[in-house]
Amino acid sequence: MKACVIVFPASNCDRDMKVALESSLGSSVDMVWHRETDLSGYDLVAVPGGFSYGDYLRCGAMAARSPIMAEVVKHANRGGHVLGVCNGFQVLCESGLLPGVLMRNANLKFICKDVKLKVERNDTVFTNGYDAGQIITYPVAHHDGNFFADTETLKRIEGQGQVAFRYVDNPNGSADDIAGIFNAAGNVLGLMPHPERLVEMPLGGLDGKPMFDSLIKSLAA
Amino acid sequence: MKANVHVTLKNGVLDPQGKAIEHTLASLGFNGLNQARQGKFIELDLAETDADKARVQVEEMCKKLLANTVIENYTIEIEG
Repeated sequence: MKACVIVFPASNCDRDMKVALESSLGSSVDMVWHRETDLSGYDLVAVPGGFSYGDYLRCGAMAARSPIMAEVVKHANRGGHVLGVCNGFQVLCESGLLPGVLMRNANLKFICKDVKLKVERNDTVFTNGYDAGQIITYPVAHHDGNFFADTETLKRIEGQGQVAFRYVDNPNGSADDIAGIFNAAGNVLGLMPHPERLVEMPLGGLDGKPMFDSLIKSLAA
Repeated sequence: MKANVHVTLKNGVLDPQGKAIEHTLASLGFNGLNQARQGKFIELDLAETDADKARVQVEEMCKKLLANTVIENYTIEIEG
C-alpha cells in the first residue's frame, strides 16, 4: 500500500495529511509537487487542504489545471483511490472528478470550528471504520464550503448514494446538508471537514482516525 | 486584439456577496435597488488579429478555466 500527498503552492494541510496517513500506515508517505507528472505505483492519492494559488479566480480552479491533476484524474479513472479534504475537495470538483462546486459560505464568514457530521454509509473503503448513521465530529475551516449542484445533479448524487457525510447543523448553506461526496464509482471522496485534524488525543480527539485506519486496511488487503 | 470577458452567476444561484452589496447600498440610503449580482471582469490582450478566431480561442478559455459552467455564465466581447 503506497500513498502520497499532492502539494500545491499554498497547500497548508499537506503535512497534517502526511502525518495522519503515516500514523495509520506505519510507513512513509510521499509528498508530490504539483509540477510532477507521474503517480504510477500509488494506491491512494490525497489532495490536501489549504489555499492553493491563493484561491485566485475560484477556489481550486488553478490547482485543478496543474500538471499533476491530469495524473490524479488518470489515477482515479484506472480505479485508484483519491481523498480530497477542504481545498482538496474544491480541487476535485473543479477538475471534474466530483460533481458540483463549493461556493462562498451562505453567511459570508470564514467558519473555523468543530462540526457534527452524520456518516451516511459505512460500506465504503473510506467509511467502513464508522457505523452507518453514526454522528462524529470533525473540524471545519473554510470560507467556501457551500456545496452547490443543480437539481438534476443533486437528485443523481442522492439517488446513487454518493453522499458520504452530512452536517447535523448545516454551517455554510450546503445543498442537502452535504459535507462530503463520493464519485459514482466510489473510489474518490471529497469532503470539507478535516479528518486529519483529529487523529491524536493531543489534537482534541480521535474521530478522524477511523477514516485513515479503514482506508489503509482496506487498500492494503 | 482585446477581449473582455464577463463571468456572472447563473440565475437562481445564490449570490451572498451580491446580497451583502444590496444591504450595504440600502443602508447608505440608496433606495429602489431591486437586486445586486456580483461577477468578474477579465481583460485579455491577444496576439490574434482575426476577430472570429479570437472569439473561438476565448470561448475555449472560458470553458476550460475562466468560468465554472456549473454555476456561472460568461459573455465575450471582442474589441477590434
